[in-house]
Amino acid sequence: MQPTQDVLIPEVIQQIPLTYYLILSTVLFIIGIIGVLTRRNAIIIFMSIELMLNAVNLLLIAFSSYKSDSAGQVFVFFIMAVAAAEVSVGLAIIVMIYRNTRSIDVGLLNKLKW
Amino acid sequence: MFPIVLLSVFAVVLLFLGFLKSRSVLLPATLLFLVAALVANFLDWNKTYLYFNSMLRTDNLSMVFTAIVLLSSFLVVALSGSFEDDEAAQPAEYYAIILFSLVGAIMMIGYENLVMLFVGVEILSVAMYILTGSDKRNLRSNEAALKYFLMGAFATGIMLFGMALLYGASGSFTLAGIASYASHAQQGLSLIFYVGLLMLLVGLLFKVSAAPFHFWTPDVYDGAPTIFTAYMSTVVKTAGFAALLHLLAASFTYVYSFWGIILAVVTAITLIAGNVTAVYQNSFKRMMAYSSISHAGYLLIGLAALSAQSRQAIVFYSLAYSIATISAFGVLMLVTRQRGMQTLSSNPLSNESFDAFNGLAKQNPLLGLAMATSMLSLAGIPLTAGFWGKFYMFSTAVERGQIWLLVVAVLMSAVGIYYYFRVIIAMYFRDGATEPIRISPVFRYVLVAAIILTIGLGVAPGLLQGLF
Repeated sequence: MQPTQDVLIPEVIQQIPLTYYLILSTVLFIIGIIGVLTRRNAIIIFMSIELMLNAVNLLLIAFSSYKSDSAGQVFVFFIMAVAAAEVSVGLAIIVMIYRNTRSIDVGLLNKLKW
Repeated sequence: MFPIVLLSVFAVVLLFLGFLKSRSVLLPATLLFLVAALVANFLDWNKTYLYFNSMLRTDNLSMVFTAIVLLSSFLVVALSGSFEDDEAAQPAEYYAIILFSLVGAIMMIGYENLVMLFVGVEILSVAMYILTGSDKRNLRSNEAALKYFLMGAFATGIMLFGMALLYGASGSFTLAGIASYASHAQQGLSLIFYVGLLMLLVGLLFKVSAAPFHFWTPDVYDGAPTIFTAYMSTVVKTAGFAALLHLLAASFTYVYSFWGIILAVVTAITLIAGNVTAVYQNSFKRMMAYSSISHAGYLLIGLAALSAQSRQAIVFYSLAYSIATISAFGVLMLVTRQRGMQTLSSNPLSNESFDAFNGLAKQNPLLGLAMATSMLSLAGIPLTAGFWGKFYMFSTAVERGQIWLLVVAVLMSAVGIYYYFRVIIAMYFRDGATEPIRISPVFRYVLVAAIILTIGLGVAPGLLQGLF
């Protein structure tokens, strides 16, 4: 599909002030943190962590297009690739625990105490 | 740079060696690979290079840190002979993951760009999550892996947000770019720069288990298989402190007045939390976890002061700490296995407790000597490497004039003597029904080497000076 109008993507992004992106991604990030700290289901904690990472991605893209600097967008690809690797290991750990305990409630994991 | 390439290739080779029927080739091969990487590391000696589009740097400091990391992993791998007899173990995969994780550690040591820092931290961390959970049937190992994974990923998120904010403020991911932005500190920097710096520090302090971000450490170190606990508590810590040191020294010296005091307070909290909690432990392994937190505190003294001597102090301390920790965990592994065979119980609470060491030195003088040397070194008794490590650390604090921090640190090392000597007393003065433990030759060489290194560095600490 050919782009019909001459609007460049960075200009579209720049129609919204930078502060708004900052606030949006901070709010997303804090929602993620609250999710990690309050939820007990391992999968949901996991999703909250992904939300935190995606808040970072959004922020990086906003900064990158405002500064007309490609480094931020390249970093986003790094984050996506690494997050995918992390997800695969994390889900493997959760499956391993489910096989042993038939549950993924992190509250049940209390073997290690002092 | 050479070790990164070599280790990546070697790790793939190791995975293929896993197809062989015989497992006995894996351990010598891994040791050989580590030696090759160690030799290749020094090819750039006395030169400073930037590699991969100025993403990575090698200079003498980074090569010395790389050498410490490779030496620690060499010692740990040499102690891992028991995988050969264990049916459930998959040594080829473990060794390959260890080599891959070393690539991450070396990237953390030599990064010039925050992208490389992030990738290095993640390579190291993801590998550690796998190794922590490698005892798949063991619920304690499972729990440790999940806790480590969730907390580690959470810390990564915070660190990334900090990096994004730093990028927004300075417009660059390179350490030099951030430093040139920070050099305008007199004209006032934007608020997000400071917030970004704080979040980046929190993320990294999490990885080196500094208080108040240390609560995952005891559980993870306790639950993981002992051999990987030894690896985690040495390699990850050394790489983490090398990364922090490089970050602060290269980019943020201009804003020292902002983070210096914060780091000093974190140091004091870490020292107190680690040492005081360690006193109340009954399990030796868990005591070592808290001891590793307290040693993170001592290492932080050098960072919080960031004086001319800090680099040397951190290098010396991490070397002394790594050697002592590895030989302590090595003795623990032997003792735990012996107790497990004697009592036919796999209850880790009794097999890893202080009582398991009762009367050890009478039947096994070498094990007693190795453990005593490493405990003395960790406690910082003169004529061991640990003493000079602490001495250099404390002198950086004096240089910066942080006397209150010095007082806290000295008091806390006095507390440390109590719990380190509990082991020595149990070994030499209590009676226990231990029989002589059979020690394999490799194990014996590692323990003897650790004793010689610890005492050698304690008698002649100048050996390391002037290297970099």
